[in-house]
Amino acid sequence: MTAVIQARDIDFAFGPTPALSGASISADAGEIVAVMGPSGSGKSTLLHCLAGILVPQAGEVRFAGNRVDTMNETQRSIFRRAHCGFVFQFGQLVPELTAEENVALPLLIAGVRRGPALAEARTWFGRLGLDGLERRRSGELSGGQAQRVALARGLVTGPELLFADEPTGALDSFTGEQVMKLLVDAARERGTTVILVTHEARVAAYADREVIVRDGRITSLVGS
Amino acid sequence: MACIHAVYTRGMVLGMSVPLTLLGLLERQPSHGYDLKRDYDTYFGRGKPLPFGQVYTTLGRLARDGKVVISEIGPGEGPDRKRYVITDLGATEFDAWLADPVEPEPHLQSILFAKVVLALMLGRSAEDYLDTQRRAHIARMRELTTIKSGGELVDVFLADHAIFHLEADLRWIDMTVARLDSLAQAVRS
Repeated sequence: MTAVIQARDIDFAFGPTPALSGASISADAGEIVAVMGPSGSGKSTLLHCLAGILVPQAGEVRFAGNRVDTMNETQRSIFRRAHCGFVFQFGQLVPELTAEENVALPLLIAGVRRGPALAEARTWFGRLGLDGLERRRSGELSGGQAQRVALARGLVTGPELLFADEPTGALDSFTGEQVMKLLVDAARERGTTVILVTHEARVAAYADREVIVRDGRITSLVGS
Repeated sequence: MACIHAVYTRGMVLGMSVPLTLLGLLERQPSHGYDLKRDYDTYFGRGKPLPFGQVYTTLGRLARDGKVVISEIGPGEGPDRKRYVITDLGATEFDAWLADPVEPEPHLQSILFAKVVLALMLGRSAEDYLDTQRRAHIARMRELTTIKSGGELVDVFLADHAIFHLEADLRWIDMTVARLDSLAQAVRS
């Protein structure tokens, strides 16, 4: 199988502090890969390099065979809009917008008209057990509800890649499990490749395989 | 499914007290040995059925000790024709057991710790060993997570129990990896 996303021997440093040193990882279409490791090991930096948010100082990142790390900022922004979805630890919903507007946001940014964008966004609410919450603002949602809205926002454009950075990190075990199950089911249903950063083994167990980042390097664990 | 059950029930089965569990089932209602075995296997056996011989041996000992009595001998669902009833003595013992917290017994951690210390003492890679152990733990967690996605409610509860224990081990493994250098100095000094 061909890798959808691949990083090869990438280095990244924040000033004098190295975060990644010769890190390599790849994920196939529809694969869910968990990236584990202790705090400060470089997990999130790796995710940001794969998503074209950060550009590694050495090595290469490829999406569907094409170099991401050599794109300019505008090209990387277009790449993210066209191919990537994101879910972060704290949802990071826009507080001024309703839940359905938050979900529709990536479509609106991509140029979809408001009506069709909101209509598409609403289709996710039933799927994720959020019926009736469409008009609420983020402050009126529980942590689990907000994270499900964030998940819908991450998937609403039908991305090939979903980057999830500690998506259950702020949730209790039961709610986190519900979110993970929805995330995995939705990704599998749509064949989405997921890069799942987590320090929780329970969450990583939903993935097809795990890699561990330690001191900026990657060790394959299961099924690699 | 049976082999997967064995993955996560081994520890629980080892920790089960068969006599006290049977007393608990009898506290619910008088039963035949066949019914007790069926209920035990359903709720507690999970891939390791209780042999009939052990059921009747245990019931015989409980009767000898005055914790159960035979109320009647008549037709039952299985070959057993005796109906067992818990006595006040049996009920008291069961209640005391139920109220008593289980001794936290970090058996597995002890084994892991022994292997890590021995590896360090012998100049071998404790980190490699811990990575291997981590791999085994996560593989087992994945099996349990798969069970949870399609399993019966009892399976889900048991899988959760096993997953949280495995998670505790994994946290210990992470902490140990982070402290290997200082532990190595301690065991080699």
